[in-house]
Amino acid sequence: MSRGNLITLSATVLLIIIFPVLVTRVEAISHYLDVMVFVGIFSMITMGLSLLMGYAGQISLGHAAFFGLGAYTSGILCVKLAVSPWLAMVAGALLTAVVAYAVGVPSLKLKGHYLAMATLGFGVIVNIVFNEEVELTGGPSGLSNIPGLKIFGLPIRGELLFYFLVWSMVILVLIFCLNVIHSRVGRALRSIHDSEVAADAMGVETARYKVMIFVLSAVLASLGGSLYAHYVGFLSPSSFNLLFSIRLVMMVVVGGMHSLWGALLGTWLLTFLGNEWLHVFKDFDILVYGAILLFVVMALPEGLVSVVPRLSHMWKRGRESEG
Amino acid sequence: METRQHQPSELLQVDSLEKSFGGIRALQGLTFAVPAGAIKAVIGPNGAGKTTLFNLVTGIFLPTRGTISLNGETISGRRPQEIARLGVSRTFQNVLVFGRMTVLENVMVGRHMRSRASALSAGLRVPWMRREEQEIQARAMERLDFVGLAERAKERAGNLPLGEQKLLEVARALATEPKILLLDEPAGGLNTRETERLAELIRRIREQGITVVLVEHDMNLVMDVSDDIVVISFGQKIAEGKPWEIKKHPAVIEAYLGEEADYANA
Amino acid sequence: MEKLSLGGQIVQYLFTGVTVGSIYGMVALGFNIIYNVTEMINFAQGEFVMLGGLIMVFSARFLPLPVAFCVTVAALTAIGAVMERSTINPLKNATVLTLIIVTIAVSILLKGIAMFIWGKDPYIMKPFSGAEPFQVFGAAIQTQAFWVLGISGVIVLLLTLFFRKTRYGKAMLACADNPEAARLVGIKVKLMVLLSFALSAAIGAAAGAVITPISLMEYDRGALLGLKGFGAAVLGGLGSFSGAVVAGLLLGVVESLCAGFVSSGYKDAVALLLLLLVLFVRPSGLFGNVEASKIKKF
Repeated sequence: MSRGNLITLSATVLLIIIFPVLVTRVEAISHYLDVMVFVGIFSMITMGLSLLMGYAGQISLGHAAFFGLGAYTSGILCVKLAVSPWLAMVAGALLTAVVAYAVGVPSLKLKGHYLAMATLGFGVIVNIVFNEEVELTGGPSGLSNIPGLKIFGLPIRGELLFYFLVWSMVILVLIFCLNVIHSRVGRALRSIHDSEVAADAMGVETARYKVMIFVLSAVLASLGGSLYAHYVGFLSPSSFNLLFSIRLVMMVVVGGMHSLWGALLGTWLLTFLGNEWLHVFKDFDILVYGAILLFVVMALPEGLVSVVPRLSHMWKRGRESEG
Repeated sequence: METRQHQPSELLQVDSLEKSFGGIRALQGLTFAVPAGAIKAVIGPNGAGKTTLFNLVTGIFLPTRGTISLNGETISGRRPQEIARLGVSRTFQNVLVFGRMTVLENVMVGRHMRSRASALSAGLRVPWMRREEQEIQARAMERLDFVGLAERAKERAGNLPLGEQKLLEVARALATEPKILLLDEPAGGLNTRETERLAELIRRIREQGITVVLVEHDMNLVMDVSDDIVVISFGQKIAEGKPWEIKKHPAVIEAYLGEEADYANA
Repeated sequence: MEKLSLGGQIVQYLFTGVTVGSIYGMVALGFNIIYNVTEMINFAQGEFVMLGGLIMVFSARFLPLPVAFCVTVAALTAIGAVMERSTINPLKNATVLTLIIVTIAVSILLKGIAMFIWGKDPYIMKPFSGAEPFQVFGAAIQTQAFWVLGISGVIVLLLTLFFRKTRYGKAMLACADNPEAARLVGIKVKLMVLLSFALSAAIGAAAGAVITPISLMEYDRGALLGLKGFGAAVLGGLGSFSGAVVAGLLLGVVESLCAGFVSSGYKDAVALLLLLLVLFVRPSGLFGNVEASKIKKF
């Protein structure tokens, strides 16, 4: 791993460990811990989405569907068939992988707007299924009483334990993804993004890689969904709709599509905005979302994370002129 | 329609090749061969169908009729990746480097077919994958050195000047360890000195045992470097032979009469 | 209430299907106009229809119907123009992804503004003329349906005339075919882009205004309308106006029959499944040009 990534990773791990200590001291923000759990859960999805969009250069406007598939599989298997949560999570991941493969193979032959619309359509169809199959999913009234997770018999109850569980998983996935990026596979993905024709000529199986990264990102979303189901204990189809798919894309774009750190930054920012800081706007938070998205995509196309090298560049310039 | 006896030393064989796009016939009844170890040039006025020929050989297009074979094995109709794996590599007329990646990474993509790491082994960074990475990097640097771009290794490919991007494409293509290298207008946009270095590079590539086919407009380069020349005009072969034969060939002269005086100066 | 005969049911569903299908057709026309000139898909197209409906409801309270209709169309034309000038025009070498995200962002904004002004509740308005539905084979056909069909028909006619006969219309088609050549001939491509957005928005407004008495209108109707309209556009062959209209009607009828005879909860999924099917199997659509669709940017 490069020095830059290692430093950022260590800093991130440090922040993750310190955060609960700081936040639980102050009454007013002690619930930030709960928000950070959601940041972690959503990060599972956005890291995968970042690989798909920023590295492989594709798009998905339907990832809420995979999130939902993981969540509902875990929920249904645990509530109706008393399956062990971890097993249900694996089952969810497998089901999602199959669905993602089935949808991905024909969809990823499409490009640009067509691909966007196909994934959009798929996401809405899955959401409709969640709403309509009332016997299975509970329909609009939702599915409740989803049991919590246990590790070796120890129940993961409460925000703090879940926080560490989720973020441990996120860090592991992050390291995995960083490794993939800096490898033959990562280079192959990026080559597809830059010139699919040249990538073909170099023997890169572009179609296969696109599907592979799509399935990987779907499976990560599914894992996030399972975690969500066990954390919240209750599922409703409105959490897995088009607006959420768009929010996911926003998190990746606002943070910076071409960097995993960008995905984390964007997820953190938009989750806090959505769950916390925009509460004053109530339902009109979508106005703020739209405005932020528009601003970023037009003024800062490389996302917020691109501000960092710019700042360090200005800092260096400043020090040079002082010397 | 011409058919030829297949010589055992012939690496690439094009037989009665035809390509039509809707109503437009880009190539007609094209037949020629490239002997192993040769440097063969494909020339002709603009729009003659030369890049289409390359696109057919490398699998981007399917022939309407006819076949292309490599070492006696049919490659026409196969996918670009399969053809690449059989040892055909190329550069592009409109330079398709991976702009957002570094120069070194571009060439490392050329090693893709000669490496095996999967997403799983890469993600877990298992020891054999790490060794493979080191080897990929070493081989890639070798190729960069070969074309003279070693100092640019860490720079962003998109930032390089055109001439160096063209060299990068060559290094990347060479990294695939091809049997035959197709160069699509490698001298386009290069000045005289750069073109001379290109000629020298092409000869060094042949010394490595790689057969070269080049599509070119620069007649100086073509006459200087080629063993054999095929001339295509309006999708059909109008002449084939040694450089000194082609220079005097009446059909070739006529085909070029409408073109710039490059030809007259060669 | 008397049970409808099968014939009556079919007539009912057919009529509903054709009515709602002409709206899909109009949304599809809007997509095609913008696509033809810019080769991009405007994800906010559905929001134009939604705003058309809501603005119509609002203005019809104070103004006579025809005036309210004109106000609605004018308002949306302005909105379309503003959208183009402020978000599309400034983007010079935007990637496809950027354009997609920009129009999505605008659709979110428009939705938020609609929610801000009108809240989340659905709005109803009186039909344009008469309140009593017709009776055909026992099926109840609303009078508003004739307004929908009528206005759609007029719009299709006007558009055909516009694109065939007027200078601007022909210029817009030229841009679609070959923007480079169009520019060389002196056509202001940027102006054509602006016109395409304004025109699409106007059509959306008309569609929204005329369907609201039948199916109500609320702030979040845009997404589904846009998706189905896009489905119709692709089914008919992206860029083909006649294809859009026919495909829209087809889509509406299939959806309506499905809702009536199979399941009403899944009726939205029908259009979307058709969309996916077309995209996967024959992206050039029923009437599109296969060669052309391969050469097009995507």
